[in-house]
Amino acid sequence: MASKLKIRVNERAYEVSAAPDTPLLYVLSNELQLQGPRFGCGLAQCGSCSVLLDGAEIRSCVTPVSAVAGKSVTTLEGLPHWYARQKKLAKAPALHPVQQAMIDEQAVQCGYCFNGMIVQAAELLAKTPQPTEAEIRTAMNGHLCRCGSYPRVIKAIQRAAQMMSGTLHAANDEQTAEVAR
Amino acid sequence: MSSVKPALLSAKILERREFLKAGGALVIGFSMRGMMPDALLAQGTPTATRGAAAGPPDPKQIDTWLAIHADNTATVYIGYVELGQGSTTSLLQIAAEELDLDMSQVSTVRLDTNVTPNQGGTYSSSSIARGSPAIRTAAAEARQALLEMASKKLGAPVERLTVSNGVVTVGGMAGEAASVTYGELIGDKQFNLAFTGKATPKPVSEYKLVGARAPRNDIPDKVSGKYVYVQHLRLPGMVHGRVVRPRGQAAYGAGAKVASIDESSIAGIAGARVLRKGDFVGVVADTEWDAVRAARDLKITWDIPAVLPGSDGVYAAMRAEKTGDRVVLERGDVAGAIGGAKHVFAQNYRGPYQAHAPFGPNCALADVKPDSALLICSTQDVYATRNTLAGVLGLSAPKVRVQYYEGSGTYGHSCYDDVAQAAAILSQLAGKPVRLQFMRWDEHGWDLYGPAHVGEIRAAADANGKLVAYEYHGWHHNWSAVETSAQLALGTPASEWRDGAAQMVNPSDCGGMYDIPNVRLVNHHVPGMNYLRGAWLRSPLDLSFSFASEQTIDELARRAGIDAYEFRKRNITNERWMGVLDAAAKAANWAPRPPASQLSGEKIVRGRGIGLGTHLTSYGGAVAEIEVNKETGKVSVKHMYGAIDAGLAVNPAFIENQISGQLVQTASRMLLEEVTFNKTNVTSLDWNSYPILRFEECPEVTPVVVQRLDQKSTGAGEEVMAAAAGAIACAFFDATGVHMLEFPLTPNRVLAALARG
Repeated sequence: MASKLKIRVNERAYEVSAAPDTPLLYVLSNELQLQGPRFGCGLAQCGSCSVLLDGAEIRSCVTPVSAVAGKSVTTLEGLPHWYARQKKLAKAPALHPVQQAMIDEQAVQCGYCFNGMIVQAAELLAKTPQPTEAEIRTAMNGHLCRCGSYPRVIKAIQRAAQMMSGTLHAANDEQTAEVAR
Repeated sequence: MSSVKPALLSAKILERREFLKAGGALVIGFSMRGMMPDALLAQGTPTATRGAAAGPPDPKQIDTWLAIHADNTATVYIGYVELGQGSTTSLLQIAAEELDLDMSQVSTVRLDTNVTPNQGGTYSSSSIARGSPAIRTAAAEARQALLEMASKKLGAPVERLTVSNGVVTVGGMAGEAASVTYGELIGDKQFNLAFTGKATPKPVSEYKLVGARAPRNDIPDKVSGKYVYVQHLRLPGMVHGRVVRPRGQAAYGAGAKVASIDESSIAGIAGARVLRKGDFVGVVADTEWDAVRAARDLKITWDIPAVLPGSDGVYAAMRAEKTGDRVVLERGDVAGAIGGAKHVFAQNYRGPYQAHAPFGPNCALADVKPDSALLICSTQDVYATRNTLAGVLGLSAPKVRVQYYEGSGTYGHSCYDDVAQAAAILSQLAGKPVRLQFMRWDEHGWDLYGPAHVGEIRAAADANGKLVAYEYHGWHHNWSAVETSAQLALGTPASEWRDGAAQMVNPSDCGGMYDIPNVRLVNHHVPGMNYLRGAWLRSPLDLSFSFASEQTIDELARRAGIDAYEFRKRNITNERWMGVLDAAAKAANWAPRPPASQLSGEKIVRGRGIGLGTHLTSYGGAVAEIEVNKETGKVSVKHMYGAIDAGLAVNPAFIENQISGQLVQTASRMLLEEVTFNKTNVTSLDWNSYPILRFEECPEVTPVVVQRLDQKSTGAGEEVMAAAAGAIACAFFDATGVHMLEFPLTPNRVLAALARG
């Protein structure tokens, strides 16, 4: 039966009608119409549906929506604000540094896997600001890419790490979106 | 709250009071536009006029190819789909170049059988080769027409006019009277001009945009989450659908028959319905999860004949078939030359079925009405798909509108037509719009795989390392011509394509890069009915060809005591093959020594290999550096270098990205990928049973573009894979002194090969 679950996604509260056992992915895609997390396998094998749950990457395709009640979900769309909050910035950038670095390195091919790539890389850099290449490969190993974009993704993550530490400046414009405290 | 009242948004956004109670923060709501397809959004806009009637629009009209808008921008109508490789941006570079516009002033629209011209399908990496002549000439002709209009307006002869960023200026004059923009001249009005093809495009020496490394126009939205893939679209009033099929396809010619269905098994899922036509079974439900659950829980039994040879028996079965044989190339006297040659080598090689396995399973939306249909999918050819859909639905082709939205990288004919047919059938049965996405097992299990291949080769060289004879016999079946949905729903008998260049032993891979006086290439067409479904998979069959061919070349080099790079150079006169060979060798800092001449007794041994190959056009050269663990059998590709000569490289940066992707995908296909099946079904149904390369195993890659400004642009989306496959196989030989006779190079296969010696 449909219930009225309350969930928090990208710092906003929603009441959703999905049954509690519905995988979070379907709620994000259909009820919230978010385009970041997307279906890849439904088996937690590929990383297409990744989101952050209280800052940790999870697979939304196998996570029941009831399991995220009382926690904070961040999707690809929410990463710039999530980053601003983390770094205590007055304003959120238009893009998370990982997103900007993916553009700078022209890392994308078809781009379908880049939701998971970016979400996982954002989590990695939040926990390990200056990862070695081996650490990047290990952290990203659960994310598949059919196009073979791995080498450029690695470069982009290295670039994002530099951007975040201030040794390299992002070229993106800051937008004026208000950030929650 | 927001003034946007999204009809489809069902989650309730908590009001300010409630959200504060819930401890959240307020972010302004989002627009629904992103999830509505163009066909619905376009109503009441100029695009709607353009799309009002069924296409294809008249290719002999300039207006079919481009439109100039009042804001001095241009829309270019392209008949090739964007598959994540950047070809759309490249074609826009060509149009902008001829029109003297800036890249920010040009855009394109998604393919739509009511809107875009029919340039044939997006196959064989030919978007630039086949697409650019029409785009280039149409843009040049439009520019000429615009200059004539400007000439009248400004009262100056065309010869005195110059254009920059769409602003036409009279040379030597200044002030307002001296210039006019394209937008002011024609803004959103039609040219109404016949496309004669007579305008002279710019000479290459004047190119500013073509050949430049313009960034791809789709990447910013792809990283922000704004990019709309077909999987994101929703239609008003739609239901969610899923297909119900056996897990893993049966033999192509035999199909699968429904034995029994117990609809009560999903009675607990409110609103879920079973829809059936012949042996086609699907479910629809109001929510996606209910559709997924219903498809999962529906009790159904199938009759499946046990006629497949199984993945272990496939090569022997193919080899034993009565085949349709065709001599692809015959030159000189192979048998005679081999008889008198110093070094002769013969070997048999095998390559498996491999899957497209797009990262996001295919998806389609269908709105089928009694006398018309709208289909949105990721087809590589909207007009061909329109024809087959019309047949499935019993409508005439002009009654069917097909729109393209990008899905995830397909690399050939995956299930995009099948999912479109299935969505159409479900919509027709349900009487409602349907969104259907395949599940992972549908996509992996019902793909049209790149066919398995047996290659038997013998070749010979003289004492100086000159190739004197080359003979190749290839066994494989052809592409399947009927989609699963049509087969199940309508009982359409299975059939295969007619043999074409892409489905036969490929002279470009099989010795064609070398000057060999005596050559015989024979294609043995295996009848495909008792095998798996087949279709083109990126660089179709080429990996199998070069796996066999380049190992043979290296064996002859070893026997002649000559370095592998040097041996190839001695046998090549074509400067373009030589160009990519040199480029790859130089990038890898190749040091000469004969193959397999530094064998070591260590547990982990290293090797390097060089290879040549392509698909149908262009030239590919590659070097691979690998490690082999002789105790575990694990092969690691450490570094790959790939060079492509694709003639005039419109955007070298995109080609570099394509080369990188091809090298990684080739490593994946050579080390890991194989479709497994038993007598009844395919059994590799997900990423565990069909593994692909991951970050930790990914080689470093070095892409090299050999720019040829004086040559026609040819394909660059798949043309270094054969070379790379050959290079990996040769590197294994170099490391171990052993030929791999079958790929992928999995630990079991490697250990068996090393034991065999």
